[in-house]
Parts: sequence; C-alpha cells; structure tokens
Amino acid sequence: MDFLNSITLLTNFIIIPGITYGSQLALGAIGVTLIYGVLRFANFAYGDLMAFGTMIVILVTWFLQSKGITFGLLPTALLALPVGILLTIAVSLFFDKTVFEYYRNKKSDPVTFIVVSLGIMFVLNAVVRIIIGPNDINFMDGHKFIMKAREFKKMTGLNEGLALKSTQVITLITTIITCSILFYFLNKTKTGKSMRAYSNNEDLALLSGIDPKKIVLLTWIIVSILATVAGTLYGLDKSFKPFTYFNNLLPIFAATIVGGIGNPLGAFYGGFLIAFSEIGLTYAYKKFFKYIMPEGLEPSTLIQFISTDYKFAISFAILIVVLIFRPNGIFKGKVI
Amino acid sequence: MIKNSDFKICFSVMTVLTILVGLFQSWGIALSMLNLCLISAVMAMGVNIQWGFAGLINFGVMGFLAIGGLATILVSVPPVPEAWSAGGLGILISGLFLVAVVLSVLTINKKFPNHKYKNYFIFVIIILSIPLLKFIAGPSISKIESINAATSGFLGGANLPIIFSWFVGAILCALVAFVVGKVCLGLRSDYLAISTLLVSGIIITIVKHEEWLSRGVKNVIGLKRPVPYEVDLQNSEWFIKLVEFFNSSKLSNILDPDEKISLLNQLVITSSGVFVKLCFSLLFLVVVITILYFSEKALNSPWGRMMRAIRDNEEAAKAMGKNVVKQHLFIFMLGSAIIGFAGAMLVTYDGLFTPSSYQPLRYTFLIWVMVLLGGTGNNYGAILGGFVVWFIWIQSAPFALLVINIFTNHLEETNYIKEHLLNSVPYFRYLMMGLGLLLVMRYRPRGLLPEKIIKN
Repeated sequence: MDFLNSITLLTNFIIIPGITYGSQLALGAIGVTLIYGVLRFANFAYGDLMAFGTMIVILVTWFLQSKGITFGLLPTALLALPVGILLTIAVSLFFDKTVFEYYRNKKSDPVTFIVVSLGIMFVLNAVVRIIIGPNDINFMDGHKFIMKAREFKKMTGLNEGLALKSTQVITLITTIITCSILFYFLNKTKTGKSMRAYSNNEDLALLSGIDPKKIVLLTWIIVSILATVAGTLYGLDKSFKPFTYFNNLLPIFAATIVGGIGNPLGAFYGGFLIAFSEIGLTYAYKKFFKYIMPEGLEPSTLIQFISTDYKFAISFAILIVVLIFRPNGIFKGKVI
Repeated sequence: MIKNSDFKICFSVMTVLTILVGLFQSWGIALSMLNLCLISAVMAMGVNIQWGFAGLINFGVMGFLAIGGLATILVSVPPVPEAWSAGGLGILISGLFLVAVVLSVLTINKKFPNHKYKNYFIFVIIILSIPLLKFIAGPSISKIESINAATSGFLGGANLPIIFSWFVGAILCALVAFVVGKVCLGLRSDYLAISTLLVSGIIITIVKHEEWLSRGVKNVIGLKRPVPYEVDLQNSEWFIKLVEFFNSSKLSNILDPDEKISLLNQLVITSSGVFVKLCFSLLFLVVVITILYFSEKALNSPWGRMMRAIRDNEEAAKAMGKNVVKQHLFIFMLGSAIIGFAGAMLVTYDGLFTPSSYQPLRYTFLIWVMVLLGGTGNNYGAILGGFVVWFIWIQSAPFALLVINIFTNHLEETNYIKEHLLNSVPYFRYLMMGLGLLLVMRYRPRGLLPEKIIKN
C-alpha cells in the first residue's frame, strides 16, 4: 500500500505536470529549432509570437462565448484555435516579407538576424500589450477535472490523491497529434524531405531544384502553427500573461540547444528533459521517502535538491553544462 | 577631441533635449531624464566595448547591472551585528566550502587534463556540493533571515560611502565576467547570445532569492547618497541665500513680507530637488567623460587596432600571433565592469535596490537598442544612443497620448476603444523601440553615428 501511495505521489506531482509542461516546451522548441534549421537564426521574437497567437485565440474565444457557442466539455479555445493559427501565420509572413526577406537576400550574418528579431520582439510585445493588456487572463472553460484527488482517494482507498486536469490530457493528445503529423511530414513526404535537404545543405538543395521561397513559406506556416498551439495549451493549462510568455522563451531555448539546435526530434526530447529536471529537482521528496522508508528512518529534512525559486535556473544550468560538454547538443544538431 | 564632429553632435543633442524638456515640462523632469540618459550612456559604452570593439554579443547586461546594484548594498548599508553573530560564521564556513569546491575542480582539471572520466568527476563534485552547501548554510541562512525580518533580515554591508560601491560593482562584475567568459566565450555568436541571456537569468534568480545577502524581493530602500539630501539643503543658510539670490527679481516684485517668505520657502523646496539632481548630473557627467576619454584612447591605441583586427578577421589576427581567446576574455571583463559600474550608479541614483525590477526587455535589450541605434564601434554613437533611446523611452507615452487624443477627438469620452487605447499608453514605448530598431537596421545598419575608419 505504501508503495502504491508513493507511486501515486510521484505521478501526481512529477510525472503528470512534467509531461504537460514538457509537451508545451517541446512544441515551442520544435518551432525554434525549425526556424534555426531552415532560416538559420535564433528567433528571439518566438515567445511573443506565441503570446500573439494565444491572444487571438482568447479574443475569438470571448467572441464565441458572447454568441453563446461553446465546445461542450472541451474548452472553447480549441474551436478558436484555427483562427488564431491563420492570423499568426499572416503575421509571421508579414514580418518575413517586410523584414527578414531583405536580410536573407543580402545574406546577412546570424547576429543581424538576431538583432532584427529583437526589433520584432519589441513590436509584438507592444501589440499584444496594447490589444489585450498585460494582466493575467484565464480563458479555460468546459470541464475542468477528469479526475479529482478526492474521487481518486475514494475510488482506490489510497492516502494520496491523483488529480487529472482535462487541460493536461488535452495538452498531451494535441502534442501527440501535432508531432506525429509533423514528423510524418518531415520524414515521409516529398515537401518535408526537401525542407530537410534545404536545411542540411542550402546550395545542394538549390541545385536539385528546390524552391527556397516555398521552403521558407512552409517553415513560417509550420512554426506559426506550433507557436499558436503551444501558446494556447500553456495558457489553458496555467493562464495567459504576456510577460510569462516572454520568459518561457528561455527554457524553450534551453530545450532547443540541449536537444541539438536544428534537430526537431532532439528539441522534442529536450523539452521533456528540461521539464522533468525543473520539476524533479525542485520537488521535496520528504513525503515520498516517508512511504518507502521503513519506520524510524524517515527523513527530517525536505529532501529537496534545490528550492523552487531556482526552477528556471535549473534549465539554464543544464544548458550551460550541455554547452560545455556537448556544444552540438545531446542529439547531434544543425540538421533537421 | 573637442574638434571631433561626433563629439559636437553628441553633446548638442544632449543639451537640446534637456533644455526642451526643461522648458516644456519642468526642470526637475529634465534633470532626472538627463541623469538616466547619462547612466544609460555608461551602460551603452560598456556594451559597445564588447560588441563594437570586439564583436562579442553579450545579452547578459541585466545580470551585470544587478551585480553592480548588489555592490551598493554590500558596500554602503550598515552591517547588522545580530545577523552576523547569529549566522555569520555559517556563511563564512559555507563560503570557504565553496572556495574549496572550486579549487578542487580546478586542481582536477589541471592534474588530469586528458583523463577519460575527468568531466564526469567534476560534474559529480558540483552536483554533490549543492545539497552539501545547503546543509551547511541552511541553518545560518534561516537564522539571519528571521532577525527583524520586516526591516532587515540580511547581513548588511560595510557601511562605507556609496561611491566606493561603483568601483566594487565594477570589480565584482569583472570577476563574474571572468567565470562566464571562461565558460561561454568559445561559443559561436548566436549560442553566446543565448547563453549569456540565460546566465543573466541565473544571476537575477540568485539576487532575488538569496535574502540573507540582498533582502531579495523585500528590496533595500533608503540607500546612502553621494550628494546632499533635500531636507538638509532646505535648512542650510547658504542654500536659502543662493535661492534668494537667483530669484531676486521675482522676489523683489512682491511687497507683502509674508507672501515673500512663503514664496521663498516654496522656491527653496523645488530648487533643493533640482540642486540634488544637478549634483548627480555633474557626478555622472564626470564618469561619462572619464570613461569616454579612456575608451577613445584605447580605441585609437595599438590595442584598439588589434581588437578591431580580431573583430574583423579572427583567423588573420590569430595567424599574426594574437591571442584571441585571451583578448576576448579581457574585453568581456572590461565591458562587463563598465556595465557593473553603471548598475551601481543606477541603484545609487534611485536610492533603492529592487531585484524584481530587473527584466531583460528593459535592462538588456533596451541597452542593445541604444548601442545599435547610436552606432556600433563608436563611443560617441553609444552615448548618443543612450540619450536618444532614453528620451524616446520616456517621452513616447506622452507622445502616444497626444496622438491618440488627436485621432479619437471625435469619439466620446466613454467610447470603449478610446478608453482602452488610453489605458495602454505605456506600451507604445515598446512599439517605438521596435520600429526604431527595425528602421535603423534597414536604412542605417551602422547606426546614427557610424564607426570612423581610422587610417594609420
């Protein structure tokens, strides 16, 4: 019984939150890595692109709710998602046309791209704050819990509860669907293969008759979809606040580099690695050891590796360790 | 130096902006803007030394500014004896432990440079040291933080004049930059940008949450000042005489003595604020000119030539026998020290240290906009950038208010869109910054005052 209790405890506080947060990071990191692989720069505006997409989703959700349309048990935001994706694609393509294309044609160095993406970051930051404001917004509706901790306790007779929020399940399912489609597209279809070829070696790809304009267009479309989906899932699970989205860029970058920048599968794993280390290393295992240790040997301290204040710092530290020992990432990077 | 046209542009823009604000808004606002412009100029010069001279991209500005701010606390705040006696020993022991860990890592690194498991071993040592450190320091930290938690709850500082902290901040930053540089400088430009950004995130987390050191989110207020206090001025004879002298024409028009005294009192109160700010301005101006002087000297010296050579063609410089790694590390430390100096200046001017206010947008990327807008590789450009960007940053909210009022004039006061726009006025500054940066990068990629190609 104690063993089951301890497992439930870990599932409730580490595994389920880890999988949810990891999925959100993974989706974001795949977006960053695709931009890096194909367009060859680190996009600092990505966090704010996520915020922009989520903002559109929220606005459409509010509109739908005012018309009395809901999605039954599921959050209305899922209905609004396509509109959000379309507008985010439009914004990405607009910035690509007006800003990035010029530097791409000039073959500017990566630093120029970074600086320009900073400019876009400022602009998007302002647009989001002007339209929807800087405050916390909760736009989750529909059925909140699939299983409540109390119900679980009653059902199984265990001491520890296991809560499962519907947003966590939605996050997981959406991530599985999005990633399967994406990896199928990249690995099996002709367009996806040409995208990988372009990322691997631009000149050779051009020689084989791949149209770079089409590849760039496609990349922005995929990236915008990923950004909006990741942003909306994060907002549903926690809440929407423009500043948090900007801050989330940092663990996303960490996940990208840890997984090998330019490598989508690596970014996927990187997201989960970062999420699990952040949650696993800041969790206090006192209760867990209480269950599995024999009586009398229970720990008196919290058994916490580092306090929760340092949650973000952990992902940064992992990144720095990876950069020192394996600068190309845990999985080999720079090729999608 | 005075003949330099950039110098003229720079300082005439500075004077004109200050006078304009002084005339149209108030001299108090103008001077506080000038002071922040001067501090920004120092920050921009620090970044410019790293990016403009050497091509090192440092997105960790925020972290170094916070370290500079921390230095003001460590230097100027009076020590808390109860806290020292309660937990000082524990903190010292854990400090020694930390030194021991670092030394052991370094010796392992030196003794077994090519051992297969060296890296893993170092990794294990570092991982094990964190819980151990917590175990050693934990009790003393909680003791320190429990002493007068509402007013102190930290170790305090050395109770020295705050002006020393500017130099201490610079030295601390140089030390941190040494460590960061050793780790990160070998990386390619974009990796370096990301990793320095993340390192600054770690620094901010530490400053925010190590309350025994910095009071963290509880903030430290009422720091010392290198200039007189308003209250002291208002009570000092010579200052009142001075104000009387400057406003003699205004005062002589009033015949009623009671009214005269009340007007004089009012004038003394407003001018004491202006006077304090003016003292700060002078102090900051001295700093800016000193750093500018040495920075220009350095840029035109053989060392500056070498740095530009390294920036423009690293391989060629290496082939000429220049130690690129060492020079990069040195200039990274130098630039960071100047940024730390500015960080300490900023906290001194504000009079309070609020770790939670350090955000990358304001304290890293805005400084970068200053450098890029002003002109990379040109010290005058950095100063001009500091001025222009800070001016836009401060003035874009009133400007946006004006524009919104003009365009929504026909709408009613209660109109939803108008109300919403008026509420979001503060965020137009981000829009201005972004558009400004994009336009400059497109049409003047080398900045407003581009680098001068020096032929010698």
